[in-house]
Amino acid sequence: MAPSEIDRLIQQLARLPGLGPRSARRTALYLLQRREQSLLPLAEALSRAAERIRPCHVCGNLDDSDPCRICRDRERDLSALCVVEEVGDLWALERSGAFKGHYHVLGGCLSALDGRGPEQLNLDSLWQRARDPAVKEIVLALSATVDGQTTAHYLAERLAGLPVQVTRLGQGVPVGGDLDYLDDGTLLAAFSARRPA
Amino acid sequence: MIEWRDEAFVLAARPHGETAAVVQLLTREHGRHAGLLPGGQGTRQRPVLQPGNGVAAYWRARLADHLGTLTLELTDAHAARFLADPARLDALSSASAIAEAALPEREAQPGAYEGFAALLAALRASAWAESYVQWEVLMLRALGFGLDLAQCAAGGDNNQLAYVSPRTGRAVSLAAGEPYKERLLPLPGFLIGRGGGGPLEVAQGLRLTAHFLEKHVFHPQDRPLPAARGRLARRFEQQPSEGSEHNGL
Repeated sequence: MAPSEIDRLIQQLARLPGLGPRSARRTALYLLQRREQSLLPLAEALSRAAERIRPCHVCGNLDDSDPCRICRDRERDLSALCVVEEVGDLWALERSGAFKGHYHVLGGCLSALDGRGPEQLNLDSLWQRARDPAVKEIVLALSATVDGQTTAHYLAERLAGLPVQVTRLGQGVPVGGDLDYLDDGTLLAAFSARRPA
Repeated sequence: MIEWRDEAFVLAARPHGETAAVVQLLTREHGRHAGLLPGGQGTRQRPVLQPGNGVAAYWRARLADHLGTLTLELTDAHAARFLADPARLDALSSASAIAEAALPEREAQPGAYEGFAALLAALRASAWAESYVQWEVLMLRALGFGLDLAQCAAGGDNNQLAYVSPRTGRAVSLAAGEPYKERLLPLPGFLIGRGGGGPLEVAQGLRLTAHFLEKHVFHPQDRPLPAARGRLARRFEQQPSEGSEHNGL
């Protein structure tokens, strides 16, 4: 027997991160009981998102315009390019307000175990952007993991011949972190990256 | 309930569901062993799950052939030591990927465990690249595809071993191998205790072990050698010949 529309809705909701079948049922019921306030606006927002939001062909960010707002923003620093793994990382940096330049989203990182090589990453356009004379610094904001740092080394080596400064994020003690509770890897990285007080 | 506690190295961790991870370990007494780690994608566990990290592992399952659940405690953050060193990081990634692909699951391999531990210790030393090649030779032996580098397969002078047959994995002397040298693999001296190593010999050693790893391990699985292994080999292929400071790679 074909699933009813309610079952179909629950199945789709249950696929979302953070939702299982139980919470999907609760969510479906919540939406169906608040048709005007929640269900229809959500359906419309989803429909518009599906229709309009696309990856930016310049940086790989997700936006409803292409190039995205960040790439079009003339107030941003054209000389700095920050390379991140995923769009979520870009959003995190934007939330922090720490960076006012442009971004480049790789769409993942090199992985020996998963067989993900350079050809699977958004690298061709990065090489093009790195050759732009306006770009003076490329910041590699990649995870402090074996795969993330392997990718950072690979990019740094490929970019070494270009007239740009290649930098990477520091690693060490997080804000609010007690040394006693830090893992050994973070402490090792923090000690390696110590600086004059 | 079946359970064990063991020392182990993390080889790989893959997401499972939304929060868990399936972790591949190289344990001292239980060989390569997988298990489910609840919360393995969380911020507390992810630093632990970097390839090469030493952990104290506790595994339990209702039946022996179940995947089972793991609890891990970090004992040595090896991966963090090499994050800033691209060549050593490639060696670490390569070794983890090879061990994960090559070692049989749930088959005690104390030699492979000790070899991996020795490799991690050697990666902190200066002549780490030669140790890496020796580790791959050890892995081939542990898998039953050991190279015979003790004597010349063609009856030549055992003091002049210079090549390895790509077909049999046996050493061939300089004189006996001369007519076939285009088809033979060069044997680096450090593998038979007759050479100081260096980038040229390391590159030869990596070509030698790559041939047999591909032939015996990766081709039968229809997989290429890990990308990190290729990057590592290229680093030494691109190095100037002997006498250079390859340890500073």
